[in-house]
Amino acid sequence: MHPAVRRLTGYLTRHVDGPLLGVVLALMAVGLIVLFSASNANFARVSAQLANMLIALGVMWVFANIPPHYLLRLAFPLYVVGVLLLVGVALAGDVVHGARRWLDLGVTRIQPSELMKIAVPLALAWYFERHEATLRLGNYVVATVMLVIPVALIVRQPDLGTALLITAAGFFVLFLAGLSWRLIAGLGVAGIAALPFAWSVMHDYQRQRILTLLDPAQDPLGAGYHTIQSTIAVGSGGWFGKGWMNGSQTHLDFIPERATDFIFAVYAEEFGLIGSLVLLVLFLLVISRGMLITAGAPTLFTRLLAGAITLTFFTYAFVNMGMVSGVLPVVGIPLPLISYGGTALVSICLGFGILMSIASHKKLVQT
Amino acid sequence: MPELSINPGVELRNAELELHHFRLRVAIASGFVLVLFALLAARFFYLQVIRHEQLQTLAEANRISIVPVVPNRGIIVDRNGVVLAHNYSAYTLEIQPGGIEDLERLIDELATVVEIGPRDRRRFKRLLEESKGIGSLPIRTRLSDEEIARFAVNRYRFPGVEINARLFRQYPQGELFSHVVGHIGRINQREVDQLEAEGLIANYRGTDYIGKTGLEQSYERFLHGTTGVEEVEVDSGGRAVRTLSRTPPVSGNNLVLKLDARLQEVAYNAFGDRRGALVAIEPSTGGVLAFVSQPGFDPNLFVDGIDPQNWNELNSSPDRPLLNRALSGTYPPGSTFKPYMALAALTYGKRTPQQTINDPGYFNFGGHVFHDSRPGGQGLVDMYKSIVTSSDTYYYMLANDMGIDAIAKFMGQFGFGARTGIDVTGEAVGVLPSQEWKMRRFKQKWFAGETISIGIGQGYNAYTPLQLAAAIATLANDGVMFRPHIVDYVEDIRTRERNAVEPRPLRTLDLKPEHLSVVKQALVGVNKEGTGARAFSGARYVSAGKTGTAQVIGVKPGEKYVESRVQEHLRDHALFIAYAPADEPRIALAVLVENAGFGARAAAPVARKVLDFYLLGKVPEPVKRAKEEDDASGG
Repeated sequence: MHPAVRRLTGYLTRHVDGPLLGVVLALMAVGLIVLFSASNANFARVSAQLANMLIALGVMWVFANIPPHYLLRLAFPLYVVGVLLLVGVALAGDVVHGARRWLDLGVTRIQPSELMKIAVPLALAWYFERHEATLRLGNYVVATVMLVIPVALIVRQPDLGTALLITAAGFFVLFLAGLSWRLIAGLGVAGIAALPFAWSVMHDYQRQRILTLLDPAQDPLGAGYHTIQSTIAVGSGGWFGKGWMNGSQTHLDFIPERATDFIFAVYAEEFGLIGSLVLLVLFLLVISRGMLITAGAPTLFTRLLAGAITLTFFTYAFVNMGMVSGVLPVVGIPLPLISYGGTALVSICLGFGILMSIASHKKLVQT
Repeated sequence: MPELSINPGVELRNAELELHHFRLRVAIASGFVLVLFALLAARFFYLQVIRHEQLQTLAEANRISIVPVVPNRGIIVDRNGVVLAHNYSAYTLEIQPGGIEDLERLIDELATVVEIGPRDRRRFKRLLEESKGIGSLPIRTRLSDEEIARFAVNRYRFPGVEINARLFRQYPQGELFSHVVGHIGRINQREVDQLEAEGLIANYRGTDYIGKTGLEQSYERFLHGTTGVEEVEVDSGGRAVRTLSRTPPVSGNNLVLKLDARLQEVAYNAFGDRRGALVAIEPSTGGVLAFVSQPGFDPNLFVDGIDPQNWNELNSSPDRPLLNRALSGTYPPGSTFKPYMALAALTYGKRTPQQTINDPGYFNFGGHVFHDSRPGGQGLVDMYKSIVTSSDTYYYMLANDMGIDAIAKFMGQFGFGARTGIDVTGEAVGVLPSQEWKMRRFKQKWFAGETISIGIGQGYNAYTPLQLAAAIATLANDGVMFRPHIVDYVEDIRTRERNAVEPRPLRTLDLKPEHLSVVKQALVGVNKEGTGARAFSGARYVSAGKTGTAQVIGVKPGEKYVESRVQEHLRDHALFIAYAPADEPRIALAVLVENAGFGARAAAPVARKVLDFYLLGKVPEPVKRAKEEDDASGG
């Protein structure tokens, strides 16, 4: 290899984490294959998703090359801007499908809640880093408030899925930052105690989803339809599945949202238990790699950030598959790296970019 | 930072401890991840292995839908192949009312795309009430190609509305056969219960229509056919994607009738705008050649469910077009009863042909005077003359001599007062009076005086025109009585196998040929020199007939019946029975013209036209309006 090419390659791959990239690419490949079936062999859709993936990989590369201390500086301003945008949404957002999620900036429309998926763990990690030496109970309270403000605004939109993901990300930061077990238990008790209140502020359709989870059969053609049909799809796949492009539930249009949130039903129907377990293993490999990076991260900020990103990815995967297989209520969370759609893909890959940055810049710092 | 340098060991230990704590947390989180993924894996195993079979079945059930394939209903043709009922394919716009909240608004919106008239709306409303919202109901039938295209473009706006190609029943002859072929209509709940009870409901899956009246009803099980089954793969919207297997339906059998459509038309038109009935029978088989009830109605109105306006018009019309007069109307036979009385007298030895009575113009029974229609009487009257000139006095006396039970016994053989067993349902029984009947009906003894007017076909006598036709056919056939039947044979359209409705002799009456010949000669005399002579003048065949006039209201003794003073619907009914040719009868018929006065004037000409056409192929000239004729002659 020509030395210049080698140098260029070296430059390009300097901050890229090989194992993580490998599993991510494998998952993306699976995603394209399933999407081809889920979209009834729609090449346009598959190529659009391929374009999304390339953009997401580009974003990943860019963030892999941004040293973590830049992020540390950006964290709090980003959080403040995000919260302000959320307030803007609440006051003047556009309503799409009954939910107020979009903010029209004149030039473009943005969904600030998407930004908060990364801004909240960043800000919390920044906060703990700042108070690393003197951590006490008060800091956890402040951090919790920092978490609750955006979550409350997002729940109001309403966007239960995103709120759930951000809560999870924030909680993971608190947990990894050493939130005492007693407080975790306390939060758990408080959470349970808050359930009746949460119930009372929920929208009807959200309540319905929870009731439906408890007994999908009560409304098989209404709210329970999605869960029943996706459960049938998963179960009818059996050990080895019905084969690619052969899922009857998929191709006869019984699976709702089958290219996006319910794409796992397509996958499980066509590839069976074996395929589902393979997918679980791939997700587990991503998480393991993320956990290793987390464990080896040099500073509290990077540790907390890496852990939160990794565990948020896990939350995506677990909640989505749990919902499709009928053990969790239906919330709008896509299957990471598999579901059709650019936004989630980009924000997930952005997270992986940060992970890679943390992994690679650690070495540089140490040397 | 200066503190760090003061006690670097503590700082380092703290950092180590922190890192240790942190890694412990990471390990706990990883364990948490593993546990939850293991739970997911367990869930997958539960669904994909343990519940696999059950969910597989559900997926198949989702996928496969059993769709009934409705067979083509058999067609009905006359003896010459003229189509009386057939099917045509057309597109209907149908609404599934089940999931629709605001039907009115939906229909209003539909009306902007496809024309929906007030009649369509009324009919839909009626269907909706009857169906209780199950299944899909037509809001418009017979869509034009343009309307189909316009709806197809707007289809997305109307969930629950679809266009279906359906076979429709059509009766090309319109009102001509309304009472004999009958019509189909949408199946109602009572019929569903009935089908369930007979175990036929499965064969009616997908079928919306069933025979309601006439042959459509009585031959329903032949006409309907066997429903086929299609296993189709459907998508979540219930749309068929492809057919997996198919058991084709078996079309219903065709009916080929004894009826002659042209004869029917001649007979129907011969009534002009008079109400009445005519039944013509082939004496040697019992086959029904014409079966008319006037007025008729357009049976096509009933096929998709009649709209309330048409229904009210038909139902409340004073002419009662829905009444099948030939089958369900009962009338006194009037003087058409006399030939049978004469035959009874001969058979029971109460009279000889030559025996005469003296007719003073009335018959006195215990101080009660029964008038002859001819004031002053005809002097000496023998049997021949009694029939030819229709003497009342002769039959007053005869009835008195025979007694009611002998009359009832004899007349019963001819089928008076009993269902003939014809192959359409709804036949009335009529009344053949007897002592036993009166006791049953009124819990009263029979009075001998009541027998007198029975002799001239009045009193309690009440028979259907069909019974009158069957009786005269039996007489024409020398006492061999066939069950009247309209269908000649049932044809399997695949195998072309024909199942004939066999002429079934009901009974052979115990009559002496010499007695029959006396009466039959007298009947010929009626049309040659008697009450029927004017109507049959110049006929190129020898016919036998008997006029009759049936009183609608009783005329009190001493009062005179003046037709022009009586309200139209209370005027006498005109009757005529006939057969021809006299020596070898090919057709026997009974005509009833309601409220038309003397049988000779109103009913006999109808019979003449029918016989002329049947025997000579003579098509009558356009009919003059009977009422105009009345007015002209009444002046």
